[in-house]
Amino acid sequence: MSMQQQALPLNGVVTERGRDYRADHLLVAEMVTRGAKVLDVGCGDGDLLQILESRGIDGRGIELSREGVNHCVAKGLAVVQGDADTDLSNYPDDAFDYVILSQTLQATRQPKIVLENLLRIGRRAIVSFPNFGFWRMRLQLLVGGHMPRTDNLPATWYETPNIHFCTIKDFVQLCDEINVKMERAVALDSYGRPLRLRLPWWFWNMFGEQGVFLLSRAEKVR
Amino acid sequence: MPGWKQMTGLTSNVTPKSRSTKPKRTIQPEERSHEVDHPTSKLAVFGVDQPLRLDCGVDLSPFQIAYQTYGELNADRSNAILVCHALTGDQHVANRHPVTGKPGWWETMVGPGRPLDTSSYFIICSNVIGGCMGSTGPASINAATGKVWGLDFPIITIPDMVRAQAMLIDQLGIDTLFAVVGGSMGGMQALQWTAAYPARVFAALAIACATRHSAQNIAFHELGRQAVMADPDWDHGRYADKGAHPHRGLAVARMAAHITYLSDAALHRKFGRRMQDRDLPTFSFDADFQVESYLRYQGSSFVERFDANSYLYLTRAMDYFDIAADHDGVLAEAFRAIKTRFCVVSFTSDWLFPTPESRALVHALNASGARVSFAEIETDRGHDAFLLDVPEFLDIARAFLESAGKARGLTEPRS
Repeated sequence: MSMQQQALPLNGVVTERGRDYRADHLLVAEMVTRGAKVLDVGCGDGDLLQILESRGIDGRGIELSREGVNHCVAKGLAVVQGDADTDLSNYPDDAFDYVILSQTLQATRQPKIVLENLLRIGRRAIVSFPNFGFWRMRLQLLVGGHMPRTDNLPATWYETPNIHFCTIKDFVQLCDEINVKMERAVALDSYGRPLRLRLPWWFWNMFGEQGVFLLSRAEKVR
Repeated sequence: MPGWKQMTGLTSNVTPKSRSTKPKRTIQPEERSHEVDHPTSKLAVFGVDQPLRLDCGVDLSPFQIAYQTYGELNADRSNAILVCHALTGDQHVANRHPVTGKPGWWETMVGPGRPLDTSSYFIICSNVIGGCMGSTGPASINAATGKVWGLDFPIITIPDMVRAQAMLIDQLGIDTLFAVVGGSMGGMQALQWTAAYPARVFAALAIACATRHSAQNIAFHELGRQAVMADPDWDHGRYADKGAHPHRGLAVARMAAHITYLSDAALHRKFGRRMQDRDLPTFSFDADFQVESYLRYQGSSFVERFDANSYLYLTRAMDYFDIAADHDGVLAEAFRAIKTRFCVVSFTSDWLFPTPESRALVHALNASGARVSFAEIETDRGHDAFLLDVPEFLDIARAFLESAGKARGLTEPRS
């Protein structure tokens, strides 16, 4: 499956509203229809949930870190302390319209099972992750000979919570493998701008710093 | 507990230095019975035409509920918050206690500018059925016999307590509570409210509690009850007839329970192995250690304000509590399609209601699609943390109620 066929234009969401917001948050928020019920897995300090709630979306969150949870609850958000690897199984099927996994997939122990769970409890899933195929990553490993570190991924290899890095290409392969339909795919450059659509996939995989995917169950749209 | 040092003077002469643990009586019997029958609180009386249907099959009638209110009910009656008290608490949440003279038990939480802001919300707290501060319980007079109920009082449950509270709320003309808030046994009542009357509770804040009482907690309660019953003054629960009270047994029960409200770390921090008013051990069974002195104080001060039979009944009510059991063992069924907003809070060092109990509740609420927030607060202060000044916890309570208030269309509390 080639990503370009799945991708849709973005209508300048990021440049219009991108003040202090994270680019991928704005992109994700734009993918969610108003009035939807959403679960944000790994919701951090609740920034994305706040954007969603301001758009009239019924947002819930799971966060691993106690500090993150308490920040969220103190903002009045419906967030519970929990682990994407272990706690998603407690949610019933079709509990949400969208389940969001924002910059968290690479920190899970079992990304494949997490992804399957996302599309069990949500009719759609929105997944964003850092692209390990980004040219700066490749260059650091190729030329520098050390594990890559960037502004967005500053942790050293021995401190990083990110244990399952993948490239955009790897992720697309996983989606094919577990029969997930990609409704929309976007690659963002290091400024958070979406890359042009009519570029070959290897270009995305080289110059996209992160990938954002809107997914659904393949069997539902046969 | 906060302020106990100031109240007692840890290093002063409050702790008896004799070998006897028998507490000094400073409260007159007449004074206690006055609070039981004629409390210095508002009183809702339910006559024979309004019996309380108890889970044990008995209709309790007549009965009365003693309650305190703070703040003002707004015009559309939408700002009422019911505070549910814990096992040995009472309705005096935010006022001087009529028996002990101490400040209200939750003044960190309830008052002007507090999370339960009395300038915005109408706060209600009632003494539970089975209690001894003015609501009908085993220390009350049985109208049928003219004598103190004692063990003739029917066994009550957490759902019974909540049913009685609902009758009070009806009488106050309130249809839907903005929130039900409680910790420990109070949290159990808050959860029972949402399970029994989901449409009448807009938001529920359940702190340091569980949907059922664990085997370990039942065991601790049994220890306390046996301590009461082992006191010869208990006299099979008929002590009131002779003007006696099983102080020693009840004090031991309180001492044992009090250990479970704290934590190893908190006890170590507060007392360590420090000695009480002495540098060397006395080689006796005196309260050589500060921690012993503290526990003895907790025991002796408790019996001045609490009825022994009431302690038996209320611990029993907690033991029987199991929300899932009423729903074929499936907890999520208890909260099916519920619209209530939940906030669940646990404390890291609480070994009476440890975090996994709260997590099980949260999982059930998630499964039923409820809107739930859950935070675990890092503290070494044990179960009692919910009564103390723990800023992170109070911030969460405030934010939860503020955001629920916005959704409810209430004006935001002035801070």
